[in-house]
Amino acid sequence: MSGKPDVWQGTLALMALKTLETMGPLHGYGIARRIEQTSGDLLSVNYGTLYPALLKLEQEGYIASEWGVSDNNRKAKFYKLTRAGRRQLEREAREWDQATAILARFLAPGVERS
Amino acid sequence: MRRLRAWLIRLAGLFHTERRDKELAAEIESHLQIHVDDNLRAGMSPEEARRNALMKLGGIEQAKEIYRDQRGLRMVETTLQDLRFGFRTLRRSPGFSVLAILCLTLGIGANAAVFSWVEGILLRPYPLVSHQERLVTLTGTVRDERDETSWPDLLDVQKSCTLCETLFVSKITGATLSIGDRAEGMTGSIVSANYFDAIGVHPILGRGFEPGEDTGRNAHPLVVISHHLWQTRFNGDPQIIGKTQRFDNVVHTIIGVAPEGFYGTFVGRSMEYWVPASMLEVYSAGRYKLEDRGARWAEAYVRLKPGVTRSQTQQEISAIAARLETDYPATNRGRGIKVWALWETPFNHAGHLLSAFEIMVVVGMFVLLIVCANVGNLLLVRSFARRHEMTLRLALGAARGRLLRQLVTESLLLSSCGAVGGMLVAYWCRNALVVLFPGDVLYLPGQIDGRVLGLSAAICLVVTLAVGLVPAFQTRHLALADALKSGASALLGARGRAWFRSSLVILQVTLSFILLVGATLLIQSLRKIRTTDPGFSTTQVFDTWIPLVAAGYDAPRAKTFQEELIQRVRALPGVEAAAYARAVPLGYGSFSSTPIAVDGYEPPPNEQPTAEYNEVSPGYFATMGIPLLSGREFTRADDENAARVAIVNQTMIARYWRGQNPIGQRLQVKGNWVQVVGVVKDSKYYSMEEAPRPFFYVPLRQYFTIEPAIHIRTTQPLQTVQTALVREVRALDSNLAAYEMITLQEQVDRSTSHELVAVALVALSGGLALLLAGIGLYGVMSYSVSQSTRELGLRMALGASASNVLRLVLSRGLLLTTTGIMIGVALALLLTRLLGNLLYQVSPRDPLAFAAAFAVMTIASVAACFLPAWRATRTDPARALRD
Repeated sequence: MSGKPDVWQGTLALMALKTLETMGPLHGYGIARRIEQTSGDLLSVNYGTLYPALLKLEQEGYIASEWGVSDNNRKAKFYKLTRAGRRQLEREAREWDQATAILARFLAPGVERS
Repeated sequence: MRRLRAWLIRLAGLFHTERRDKELAAEIESHLQIHVDDNLRAGMSPEEARRNALMKLGGIEQAKEIYRDQRGLRMVETTLQDLRFGFRTLRRSPGFSVLAILCLTLGIGANAAVFSWVEGILLRPYPLVSHQERLVTLTGTVRDERDETSWPDLLDVQKSCTLCETLFVSKITGATLSIGDRAEGMTGSIVSANYFDAIGVHPILGRGFEPGEDTGRNAHPLVVISHHLWQTRFNGDPQIIGKTQRFDNVVHTIIGVAPEGFYGTFVGRSMEYWVPASMLEVYSAGRYKLEDRGARWAEAYVRLKPGVTRSQTQQEISAIAARLETDYPATNRGRGIKVWALWETPFNHAGHLLSAFEIMVVVGMFVLLIVCANVGNLLLVRSFARRHEMTLRLALGAARGRLLRQLVTESLLLSSCGAVGGMLVAYWCRNALVVLFPGDVLYLPGQIDGRVLGLSAAICLVVTLAVGLVPAFQTRHLALADALKSGASALLGARGRAWFRSSLVILQVTLSFILLVGATLLIQSLRKIRTTDPGFSTTQVFDTWIPLVAAGYDAPRAKTFQEELIQRVRALPGVEAAAYARAVPLGYGSFSSTPIAVDGYEPPPNEQPTAEYNEVSPGYFATMGIPLLSGREFTRADDENAARVAIVNQTMIARYWRGQNPIGQRLQVKGNWVQVVGVVKDSKYYSMEEAPRPFFYVPLRQYFTIEPAIHIRTTQPLQTVQTALVREVRALDSNLAAYEMITLQEQVDRSTSHELVAVALVALSGGLALLLAGIGLYGVMSYSVSQSTRELGLRMALGASASNVLRLVLSRGLLLTTTGIMIGVALALLLTRLLGNLLYQVSPRDPLAFAAAFAVMTIASVAACFLPAWRATRTDPARALRD
């Protein structure tokens, strides 16, 4: 193992959605690479686990897929965000913000629970 | 919504899996290529680039597996897999599968058939009638004994009952229909005018009765006919409404045709027509009873308001009856009205069949248990044979849960096949009950509706778990190392798993023994009933009757005809005596009943003594073979003009004259005093099981009825007498015909048909159980013999003779049987009391029945053990030791 933390289950989907939002249509490898790069290579994505997560998002209608041709002329399956996916991303991002804010307050030094 | 959508997509993912697999492979391949390209650009060597890409991807197969799980529904997929595998397994051992499915078909079928009968005959007996779950029936009571009720009483109940949603009257009756040149007796109902509205059945043509059409003497000669009658006798004439038809020589106007599938409201008969109560006179031999509170003939149905219980209604109706008692003491003293559940209705076949059905439900469960034990045993044997397969799968990493599911799926397959077979059995058997009522045209359909299907499905599930978990329970103990070592041969009767199979066999023996005891008891009881002396001759007396009302005879003409006919019959060769009587003992018709008063007998307060009587012609007692104890028979002199007389039975003397000679004493019948002129022996009147009851006879000429039954005592065979009678009748009036002629023995047999149902079914299932237990025992013994060839070989090598081995195996089998029988005896002693009211003069603990069951069971088990034992003696010691 590389010693980097693995991506937690559940957050992977959120990251994939966000990646698709910023980058536009992208293939699986691209998404994985982008997540690693965004995390400043702090996270190691197990590329294999990405595909079931993408499938689940597609089944839920948040993303759509289509075969296309990559920059270097390889046949690849491209994923893009749907309208529902965009809404879902907003919602999840908000929830995530809330959750981290709460957790941050707990973990902030010097604050006593009252 | 999203979740549902995803689920549906996943469900769709179960199909075209190959194409989807290829697509995934392509996607992963493209992923690798892009990654390799990237790596190459980053300066890696081709091999390193590919290696790195593969590493980063993780386990490809694992990823694919997770992906597949996400794609489809894992549970459904494994279940399908299990099912496919199960089918293959069952196909591989067809003998086992067929046997198991047959057993289950029998077990589930027996129960489904009983359920469908209970549903179609007791719980929802009337197709098309709405809200049967709230229907109850009403009859009158006199000093807590059942009697009919009167029309005015029922009208009062209808008026005052607040808990009743509706009350309607429906009384079975018969009439002769002549259509073209065919005359035929048909069963129909006399009903109140609200009948069709109350039951929620609407004629498909014309209309039902309107309010008021059940009042006024002969005021509304209207009839609604059944769909069956419309189709068969009127050829489905669409213009039928408004046409007329003679019913018993009275012209009725057809106003409606009932829908197809509506058979009326009488358990056991299919009604062909319905007439309003106003026409009662036509159907009750000229007596109009609608305004007479003392004339009791009616039976009623009540639909309770929703949420009202039977006991609440009983309370309210009892209060109404009590008020009627004070308002009309002359007719109602000592009388009440009783509310009955639909399934215990005493005036149709429901009440008679109830106790037989109770037994059948219990018996059905017994058979099912035996079947479960048997199939469980079969599966167990097979699970031993499959021990290797199971162990191998466990060793290869299959989860125990998955194996368990596999086993349960297999037994689900078996029990589902059994359930389907069972439903077919129930469907074929739905009209089978009628077969047990020889000579009667009964209509007793089973009904397979949602409730029956649901119950059968529930049984199927329970069976699945019961038989599936047996071998599953065994795999739990599967020790990998032990089982992989093959050929570990067991000792005969070795402890361990054998106890479980043995106890299944013991269970089967126990249950079959109980069923055998029950069957034997019922058979004994039926024999007792049928051989009990009814108090009259049964073999050489024939009876029949001649429909005169239908042929337009009035009383004077009928009297002349009867007189002439009886002279001719008496002159026939072989005829010893002949006589008329209004009602036949043990027949369907009821005897006349009257409040009585007796000189010198002071009835207790609140009691109006009543007795039943028969109107008979001279020579009746000689014909019937009822001994005259003192006094005289009726003679031709006892006619309309003579002083009124009566002959009483022994019980009547005992009750009203304290056993003293009543001859010359007076008795009040229907308000007239009559003189007792004779005493006859008690006999049976309504049923073979009844206790002696007070009964008397009056001369037919003094209490005339147009259509009495004719009884003929003769040495000739039935057919000869029948032909001769028809000839004599035709000679007097060529328009007349006689009804079917039967012996009084036949009459007795018909009256005990309900007992026959119970006997036949219990005996049948007892035999079935015996067979199943035999198979079970045989299976266990065969298996243990085949598993212990080494031990047997050793014994034989050491000098055991064939007879030693035979005895060894037999004694082991008999040990199981004996244990089963012991438990069976204990349980049977407790359980046979349930047969209580079906048993006649047979103790539920009759030692003879137990002994017979014991003998049969023992013989059957010796037979079942013999073959395996014999096979054991054929063991080749040399081979057994070498293997």
